Amino acid sequence: MGRILVKNKEIVVPGTVIAEGMDFIPSTGTFREGDKIINSLLGILNIDGRVIKVIPLAGQYIPKVGDVIIGRVTDVTISGWRVDTNSAYSAMLSMKEASTTFIQKGSDLTKYFQIGDYIITKVINVTSQKLVDLTMKGPGLRKLRGGNIIKVSPIKVPRIIGKNGSMINMIKEYTDCKISVGQNGLIWIQGEPKKEIIVIKAIRMIEESAHLPGLTEKVKNYLEKACGEESKTQVKEQKTNPKQAMKR
Amino acid sequence: MTYTKRIDGRKFDELRPMEAKVGVVPRADGSAFFKIGNTWAYATVYGPRNLYPKALQNPERGILRCTYSMMPFSGAGERVRPGPSRRAREISLVTEKALIPILDLTEFPNSVIDVFIDFPQTDAGSRCAGITAAAMALADAGIPMRDLPAAVAVGIVDGTFVVDLNYEEEAHEGIVVDMPIAMLPRTKEITLLQMDGKLKQEEFDKLLEIVTKPILKINALQRRALKQKFKKLPLEEVKE
Repeated sequence: MGRILVKNKEIVVPGTVIAEGMDFIPSTGTFREGDKIINSLLGILNIDGRVIKVIPLAGQYIPKVGDVIIGRVTDVTISGWRVDTNSAYSAMLSMKEASTTFIQKGSDLTKYFQIGDYIITKVINVTSQKLVDLTMKGPGLRKLRGGNIIKVSPIKVPRIIGKNGSMINMIKEYTDCKISVGQNGLIWIQGEPKKEIIVIKAIRMIEESAHLPGLTEKVKNYLEKACGEESKTQVKEQKTNPKQAMKR
Repeated sequence: MTYTKRIDGRKFDELRPMEAKVGVVPRADGSAFFKIGNTWAYATVYGPRNLYPKALQNPERGILRCTYSMMPFSGAGERVRPGPSRRAREISLVTEKALIPILDLTEFPNSVIDVFIDFPQTDAGSRCAGITAAAMALADAGIPMRDLPAAVAVGIVDGTFVVDLNYEEEAHEGIVVDMPIAMLPRTKEITLLQMDGKLKQEEFDKLLEIVTKPILKINALQRRALKQKFKKLPLEEVKE
C-alpha cells in the first residue's frame, strides 16, 4: 500500500516526493520515478482519490485546441491574418475560417480585420511544432469594438471564471458590464467607465489571492461595498446637480 | 602551515549567512534573490517566449539562454567593465549546462526561456549563487522542473577541507583547491563541477562527500522562499 508524504492542498515546490507506491496515478505537474511520484511544478497539491495533480501557481499560456482566446491581429497576409495569442506562439487565422460568408480570393482582407484589432477567437488546431490555427466560426466569436482590454496571469483564468462561470457572472451582475475572458489571460470589459474600474479592481483582487480560501466571499464583499458606494455617490451627484444648476 | 581558523570566524563546514526571496521583480515571469555572505544574486526569468532570429529555433524543444553579468560596481573596489567578457560567457555557459538537465523543454518547441543573472555585489562563489537563484526563479516562472538544484563551492585551504570559500580564502597564498558544485538534492546528481588547484583522488572523493550537507541546507532555504511567496511562514523553520 502506498503512502502520501505531503498533505493535500499544500503548496509544493518542484522536486518534492509526494507519494510512494504504485497505487497512485501521476497527473498534470507530476511524474513517476521508480515507485515514487514527484512534482515538477510550483503549485497546490490536489489529491483526488488515486489521482495526484498539481495546480500551478505560475506559468505562461500554451495554446490548446478548443480554447476560446482573445487575440490581437498583428499582420494581414495574402491568405489570412497573423494573430498574437499572448504566448510564445503566434497563430494563423485563414480566410476560410474568418467569416461565415464567402470571401473572394484576392479581396482586401483589411475590410474584415485590421492590424491592431482584438478578436475573440477559437483554437482549432495546434501542431507538435506549435503552429496554431484559429477560427471565427462559432457562437460568440467576433471582432471586439470599444471597451477595455486587461492582461492577467493565464493560470488564474479558471479562478476568474469560477465554477460554471459563477465568479464572472457575479461580477457581471453587480456591475452591468459586458466581460469576455480569454483562456490566454486577456480580458475584455465594456460598460460604464466607473463600473469598468470596479471590474478591473475585482479581477486584480482575484488574481492576487487566487490560491487562498474564501475568495468568492471576499470578492462579493468588495463588489457590494464598491457598487453600494457607487450608487450612493450617484444619488448624491443627482442631488447636488440641481443645486449647482440653481447656483449657476 | 595549516589553516586552523577561518578568516571570517566560521566553522569549516559552515556556510556564510544566507537569505532568499522569490518574486522580487514583478515585471519578470519569474524572479529570485539569493544572498550568501557578500555575494548577492538576482535572477530573472522571461518566457517561454518567441525566439528570433528563426535560425536559432529548435523545433524539437525550447532552448535555455542564460546571461551572467556582474554589475559595474560589484567588484572589490575596481570597476567591473559591463557587458559580456570571456569569463562571463564561460559562466553563462556552465550555468546553462547546470540547469538544462532538470528542465523539460519539449513542451515549448521553437521558443526560448531567458535567464538573466545579475550581481550587485560579489565575494567569491558567484556562479553557485547564480545557479541557486536561477533555480528558484525558474520554479517561480512555472516551468516544469525535475528537481530544484542548489550550488555551493567546497575546497581545501592549506590542507583543511572547507565549505563555501570566500574571496580571502580563494586568493590565499598557500595551496588552495576550489571546487564549485551544483547538485540535485533529491537524486544527488551533479550538474556542475569545476575545479581550480591540484588535488589527490582521495581528496576529491572527500570533497564530494562533504558537499551534500550544505547543498541540502541551501535547498531547504530555496523551498522555503518559494513557499513564502504565497504563504506567511514563521522564520524559525529556516534551520533544518
